Amino acid sequence: MNNYLKDYLLYLADTSLILSQRNSEWCGHGPILEQDIAITNISLDLLGQSRNFYQYAATLIGDNATEDTLAYLRTEREFKNCLIAEQPKGDWAQTILRQFFLSAYQYLVYEKLQAYNNEQLAAIAAKALKEVTYHLRWSSEWVIRLGDGTEESRQRMLQATNELWRYTGEFFITVDYEKEMNIDVADLKIEWMKTVRAIFEEATLPIPDNTFMQTGGKKGIHTENLGFILAEMQYLQRTFPGANW
Amino acid sequence: MVIQDFERIFQEKIDNEIKIEPKDWMPEAYRKTNIRQISQHAHSEVVGMLPEGNWISRAPSLKRKAILIAKVQDEAGHGLYLYSSAETLGTSRDEMINDLHSGKAKYSSIFNYPSLSWADMGAIGWLVDGAAILNQVMLCRTSYGPYARAMVRICKEESFHQRQGFETLLVLSKGTKEQKDMCQDAINRWWWPSLMMFGPKDSESTNSDQSMKWKIKRKTNDELRQQFVDMIAEQIKLLGMRLPDNKLQWNEERKHYDFGEINWDEFWNVVKGNGPCNKQRLAARNKAHEEGSWVRKAAKVYADKKLKHKKEKIA
Repeated sequence: MNNYLKDYLLYLADTSLILSQRNSEWCGHGPILEQDIAITNISLDLLGQSRNFYQYAATLIGDNATEDTLAYLRTEREFKNCLIAEQPKGDWAQTILRQFFLSAYQYLVYEKLQAYNNEQLAAIAAKALKEVTYHLRWSSEWVIRLGDGTEESRQRMLQATNELWRYTGEFFITVDYEKEMNIDVADLKIEWMKTVRAIFEEATLPIPDNTFMQTGGKKGIHTENLGFILAEMQYLQRTFPGANW
Repeated sequence: MVIQDFERIFQEKIDNEIKIEPKDWMPEAYRKTNIRQISQHAHSEVVGMLPEGNWISRAPSLKRKAILIAKVQDEAGHGLYLYSSAETLGTSRDEMINDLHSGKAKYSSIFNYPSLSWADMGAIGWLVDGAAILNQVMLCRTSYGPYARAMVRICKEESFHQRQGFETLLVLSKGTKEQKDMCQDAINRWWWPSLMMFGPKDSESTNSDQSMKWKIKRKTNDELRQQFVDMIAEQIKLLGMRLPDNKLQWNEERKHYDFGEINWDEFWNVVKGNGPCNKQRLAARNKAHEEGSWVRKAAKVYADKKLKHKKEKIA
């Protein structure tokens, strides 16, 4: 059980951390100061969530594992984040849509987890749910604003949808560690589609037809992006092994 | 009343420590000086996000990453209060930002220096924020009300940043040889530019006299700089590092530290745009602004559309 729980925690942590890393690229470069602050704040929330999951995972792993050894000393193949998190930040449309897809998903995951039969996991999920509720509201509002804004913003949203939709399929494929924990994510698809449909309708955006879905992130098979993210993120820990910061 | 009466009443308020508020009469030069100074300060907060922001992706631990993100985000918040406070004087954020992007408005020259190692995150917090705070503590009592009130809030966060910066360096100073070297190197590079943050010597400062009379400023550049040297010269002892100035020495008679001559050529060159990062900083701000233009436009068009629907419904 602990092994599966550990993998599951790493999967949740990695997804939040990598998305946080991507969103933080906007810090100082946002389209307007208020939104620079908003996206950076979301980045900070996600980082906090990942730390809670890593810290819990570290206690299960033992062997001097810490949140930092888990974030900084694992390789590409050991990371289990959803593929969508590691995609480039792109333009504001792409960042917004990615946030919306993932927040809508995380909302459902944490909502279920807060009643899970493991007190610590449930408590972390309950705390994260409060933050994700805001992320979902904020990103939904932006999807609507951009979809139903100008012709240019609409085109950019269509382009972003075209880019990102194919990474949403793996949200709903239950992998071994989820199965062992009796977590069935296939169930979440109906609710997730309901949220996406409602917001896309208000944004006057079409839902893409069935497209081929890229998968693998949850099992550690990533796109080429992840290696570069880790190279940058882990560089100080790798260059100066064992140093305290 | 004639103009002289307005001026007399205005100066009496200042002399009696009554704050000047947005709707009060004020001399045009007072308004202009405040707009220039507050907007310059706001720009410094926003441009100041860049040298530190570039280390967020490389922060060496998750805790340090969280602290750094929160800090840079605070700077953005300071920029917001300050732009709002300048707007009370009859300018707009758009105008101020255009002046920044065209190069007409200045920002603190310190941000035209590059952040080259993780230790720079500590040195910037300790030295740069430390120097800024001395100026800002004084500004909490500046005569223009909205500026003074914005500064009270900003000072609380800045002094927190300074402690975080010092603590970052403290950890490095107790670390491996590489970390200690990194720490000393950052101090070497940031020390002199930090001293320059207080501006030209009093004997060469053009804006000082009038600003003192109007209590926009309450201490001179040289007074603040001396206060900073005295503070840092003591604090560095706790780090076991040294300041890169052979002339730094306690002067028992003056009860202050003596220190070496600032390289004023370098100072003026950076002000004129020849610092190591002047071009990159402005280019980054311009790029963010241009790439955000379709976003701002879409948000406005959407908001107008919603408002129109609402009005039609009511009608």
